[in-house]
Amino acid sequence: MEDLIVWSSRLLYTAFIIYLIATVLFAATIKDKRHEKTFSKIHILAISTTILGFFAQLGYFITRWIASGHAPVSNMFEFVTFFGMMLVLAFIILYFIYRIELLGLFALPIALLIIGYASMYPRDISPLVPSLKSHWLYIHVTTVALGEAILAVSFVAGIIYLIRQIDQSRTSLKTICLEIIMYSIFATIGFVIVTTAFSISDYSSTFEYNVEGQPSELEYHLPPIFGPSEGQLLTENRMDALLPTPEWMLGAEAPRKFNTLVWSLLAGIVLYIGMRLILRKRIAAAIQPFLRKANPELLDEVCYRAVAIGFPVFTLGGLIFAAIWAQEAWNRYWGWDPKEVWALITWFFYAIFLHLRLTVGWHGERSAWFAVVGFAIIMFNLIVVNLVLAGLHSYA
Amino acid sequence: MNEIKCESCGFLNSAGTSICNKCGMPLDKENDSKLLNMRYDGRAIRSKTKNTSIVDKIWNFFSSIKIGVTLIAIALIASAVGTILPQSMYIPTNVVAEEHYRDRYGLAGQIYYQLGFHELYSSWWYLILIALIGISIFIVSLDRGIPLYKALKNQNPKRHIHFLKRQKLFNQYDQYSQEDLDKLVTNIKKRRYKIFEKDGHILAEKGRFSRWGPYVNHAGLIIFLIGTLLRFVPFMYVDEFVWVREGETAIIPGTSQQYYVENQEFIFETYGNDEEDAKFSEILSQQNSAIPKHFETKAVIYEDVSEGVIGSEPELEEVASGEIIVNKPIQFGGFALYQDSYQLNEFQSMSFKLHETTDENEASIVEFTVDLTNPDSVYTFENGFRIELDQYYPDYILDDDGTPRSQTNYPRNPAFVFFVYPPGESDPEASFLAIGQNIDGTGENTYKLGLTNFDVRDVSGLNVTKDLTLPVIGLGAFIFMIGVIQGMYWQHRRIWIHPAQGKLFIASHTNKNWYGMTNEFEKIITNTKFSMLQDQEKVTKDN
Repeated sequence: MEDLIVWSSRLLYTAFIIYLIATVLFAATIKDKRHEKTFSKIHILAISTTILGFFAQLGYFITRWIASGHAPVSNMFEFVTFFGMMLVLAFIILYFIYRIELLGLFALPIALLIIGYASMYPRDISPLVPSLKSHWLYIHVTTVALGEAILAVSFVAGIIYLIRQIDQSRTSLKTICLEIIMYSIFATIGFVIVTTAFSISDYSSTFEYNVEGQPSELEYHLPPIFGPSEGQLLTENRMDALLPTPEWMLGAEAPRKFNTLVWSLLAGIVLYIGMRLILRKRIAAAIQPFLRKANPELLDEVCYRAVAIGFPVFTLGGLIFAAIWAQEAWNRYWGWDPKEVWALITWFFYAIFLHLRLTVGWHGERSAWFAVVGFAIIMFNLIVVNLVLAGLHSYA
Repeated sequence: MNEIKCESCGFLNSAGTSICNKCGMPLDKENDSKLLNMRYDGRAIRSKTKNTSIVDKIWNFFSSIKIGVTLIAIALIASAVGTILPQSMYIPTNVVAEEHYRDRYGLAGQIYYQLGFHELYSSWWYLILIALIGISIFIVSLDRGIPLYKALKNQNPKRHIHFLKRQKLFNQYDQYSQEDLDKLVTNIKKRRYKIFEKDGHILAEKGRFSRWGPYVNHAGLIIFLIGTLLRFVPFMYVDEFVWVREGETAIIPGTSQQYYVENQEFIFETYGNDEEDAKFSEILSQQNSAIPKHFETKAVIYEDVSEGVIGSEPELEEVASGEIIVNKPIQFGGFALYQDSYQLNEFQSMSFKLHETTDENEASIVEFTVDLTNPDSVYTFENGFRIELDQYYPDYILDDDGTPRSQTNYPRNPAFVFFVYPPGESDPEASFLAIGQNIDGTGENTYKLGLTNFDVRDVSGLNVTKDLTLPVIGLGAFIFMIGVIQGMYWQHRRIWIHPAQGKLFIASHTNKNWYGMTNEFEKIITNTKFSMLQDQEKVTKDN
């Protein structure tokens, strides 16, 4: 059993490396100066490597399932990793429809980042509470993840479209929004770097503070920029908190989560500014020249098509299967739990996207911005709702 | 009504038509050079043609896509607002909502509460919003669906030349052979198009049914919304809750006293006691409390079969028995019992003895047991002692102002005030007993009460439901899924072939996925001399 868990982790690690190699290969296809329609050996190599990586991750998934006895989609690490895997799958599907290498060059790094992000959460296998013991756990969760991943490909196509199309010769609201998206990617990288660095150095300090009148202890794994409000540092030889967390942030671990957020944002700023200094122009402006060969109409179509494919899958998994399970477990198909509400919001949002596109004729740039906001809503539901607006779906 | 006479064929089209219903001649002459708007195949839409009566105005309001989208956007924002703070159903049950929002979230919480956002999803305005979306879906489907159905039902394979010329994908071939055309048609047929022919003009069509997708999914949504309304119809929906103690039989609420449930045993397991749980050891060691692994109620359901005079003794007949587990409810007579919650080790009874206060050996004078769910008020003994249970607090707390009271009716933290009457005495000695407390009323009592023993049992919290709206809701969701798949995963593609003056004109249209259409046409022209259709949108742009 122990061996299986070790193997499972190794397979995930392998998949990560293979995706990294595949990204480089996709980059090589873009450099290829020949006509865009040719399907050369490098293309075959790139997509085969991606598929190989997908199978390695599938191996991780299956071995972990066998080891834990339940589908590994039951905590933050497992679910987010699975979401990354589904993103790769969604990319593979759309690659075979449209044969756009650029999609891989952007989708794979995002998948890598998602898996990296997931790995910052506790990776121990955890037991299931009784209400999660149902076949619907994996039916519901896997379909949701697949649906959201296909919708995420729409974001990938949308962001490529925007970087290619938006006029970078002058500063505008559009270029600023694009830079905010670039920055949020850097902040995620910042989170992974900072968490990994302090975890390697084995940093930890403990505070005592009051949660709703009860004295509790809170362990920090990052140096406390923001400590608990009126908290007492218990660990010796550790830095005391620089600032107190605002009191309106409630919840048992709110100060630590807030501290992590601040660290990520700061690291993101450092990385972003560093990059700007190296490039001497906006990040999106630096990427733009590499996208000249891309066909914007095709990107626009992929951006829409991914929603057209993903929307039914998401509806099925995120609303219908969810409702069936909720009926079985809690005997109400709908309970206005924050996670449920945000699934409904996601659904509303993509319904608006489709109506505007199909009947009002919003194409191109507007559509691409919609895809970006849609992905932001999905990420909000995945991360913020789980960590902040905790309800029945609270994982971490 | 002003009818529009087609200049080409003389057909009288109703007002608002943009493409002649008979010959396909574009009727919007002012846009001659632009691509044709193919929405609803140019049919007249009620909302775009009538705007005089109040009915027209209401109709037009709801059939506007922009209004519909705006309503959805408002619902989206409102739903998001409802997640900023927990809804009132997720706050602890033993607090006053108003105070809870104020104390916990301060001014923001108070405003949230005052605006009614703590019960946002059942507020009148949220329900009206959803109802408006429902009406919008209904009207827009009739407004657009019926003309579209008529247009696609009666398609003339022979379309006016201007109709073809103004399609997005178009080409004209000055020289072609019949042999080549036959080959082309064969290729089209191979791609599973249906061929309609009239005077040498050809319409090839596939995937028409995908055009019904939006209307099917809207119908599903309407059925779904009606299903949610049915909940307000009496007898369609029951949602009750009952606590049943181990060994007890309780009436199941919401069943008009027809059904009873007996809790034979409540089983509760936590992680960590089994060898197979070893793999979770790391996680378990980090937790402060045990993680529940499994809980179930061994239950028997009885039906009262007595020919019911009210108040008569029920005659119970077993109708079902088995385990009620989370995710596995027990079903009977249209109802379902769900395992919801539990209360472990609730006190069942407490035994006391009386001894002289000064007696160091605490030799028992009398002993008695109080049934905590149904306590006797007086206990008399052969040796002349009499003990009265003056006050009983099943779930004792001291109020902020120091008055004792019971938080609930469940014996979770029992406390008692006993009056002890020694033989012949008429003035009692008062004693207060609670867990960890034994207070003498005056400090001068001759006799003292002491706890000798207690029994506990588990209580199972069961949810009773009957929901006859589920089949309707399920049907609505199912139809929605069919519609959305039908509309999203297939597309309606058409190719028109128009021979005139020795030339051949070919145009093609798809309702979406132009990339796929282009690819398909490329496959269609393989092994023929026909060149690819021109994307006229691109051509105009490039110029």
